[in-house]
Amino acid sequence: MSVAVAAYDAKRETFAPASEAGPASKRIVVAFGFWVFLLSDIVMFSALFVAYAVLVRATAGGPAGAELFNQVSVAVQTGCLLVSSYTCGLMSLAVSQRRRTDTYLLALVTFVLGAAFLYLEVHEFAGMIARGAGPQRSAFLSAFFTLVGCHGLHVTAGLIWLAVMMAQVEFKGFRPSVDRRLLCFALFWHALDIVWVWLFTAIYLMGVRP
Amino acid sequence: MTDTSYDRAPGEISTTAEAQRLTLSDFGIYTVGFVLAVMLTAISFWVANTTLLWPPGVAMGLVVLAIAQMGVHLVFFLHITTGSDNTNNVLALAFGVLVVLLVVVGSLWIMRDLNSNMTITPEQMNLRMQR
Repeated sequence: MSVAVAAYDAKRETFAPASEAGPASKRIVVAFGFWVFLLSDIVMFSALFVAYAVLVRATAGGPAGAELFNQVSVAVQTGCLLVSSYTCGLMSLAVSQRRRTDTYLLALVTFVLGAAFLYLEVHEFAGMIARGAGPQRSAFLSAFFTLVGCHGLHVTAGLIWLAVMMAQVEFKGFRPSVDRRLLCFALFWHALDIVWVWLFTAIYLMGVRP
Repeated sequence: MTDTSYDRAPGEISTTAEAQRLTLSDFGIYTVGFVLAVMLTAISFWVANTTLLWPPGVAMGLVVLAIAQMGVHLVFFLHITTGSDNTNNVLALAFGVLVVLLVVVGSLWIMRDLNSNMTITPEQMNLRMQR
């Protein structure tokens, strides 16, 4: 368990029923609020997702998914995001145990893997646009670029957030407000990986099937 | 009092005595989750490319694998459990899943119906154009 939480809970360990416990700690309220935001974000993704599913056959004579998608690149992207999710989890442990060097190291690995994911995605997009399969080509491609691009934007935001958090750890130290933000970041990063599971399954793996 | 009835922030590993006794070390939790997720991902890619399986069943298999992997992520990375300190997080998640299902299944259903009921055959189109 984490040191920060242990210190926080130690004060309250003597209380008994929830009805007499008073309001929840700020850490719980903040993380729960962020959890609700993440769920609403996933609801938004589900709308884009279903738009893609409805329009997947609407290629307007243009290229279909089977001609465009490169499974090897997708597998590498998936690996990058999965490992970065794992290192992000380990970073949460390092944060809760106040291991500063490990925190930086794991954050760096997470950042590099996230950036590699983004590089591959931008590379894929550029290749598709170069061969005339840009978002304006067909409804299928519009939906594809919106959905995958939206996930890519989230990853970009996550990378910026991670860099900012490391600066905060450096200059502010592990104070409660920084702890809360790091917890929210970990939630965000893991949620992005869950969204990607559905993206690579439904778009790439189902898409390359004849 | 060991029976603390406080809520737990989402994404935080349970600190109750019961959970501590039952689970692995924190590092072990993430590692088991990672190994499971890698296995499920590998199986997904294999299922999508193999010719051994009955083709119409592959899509359903992929969906099942994705649901399983989502479960692995939720349990091992986001530490969602059935514990009483986690009820609020699970309820929020359940509502989120409900809305997602309504949006996805409802939209697919309606659009499928619209497609099959409102498609205009070339003959019908010709009739309309002559009018």
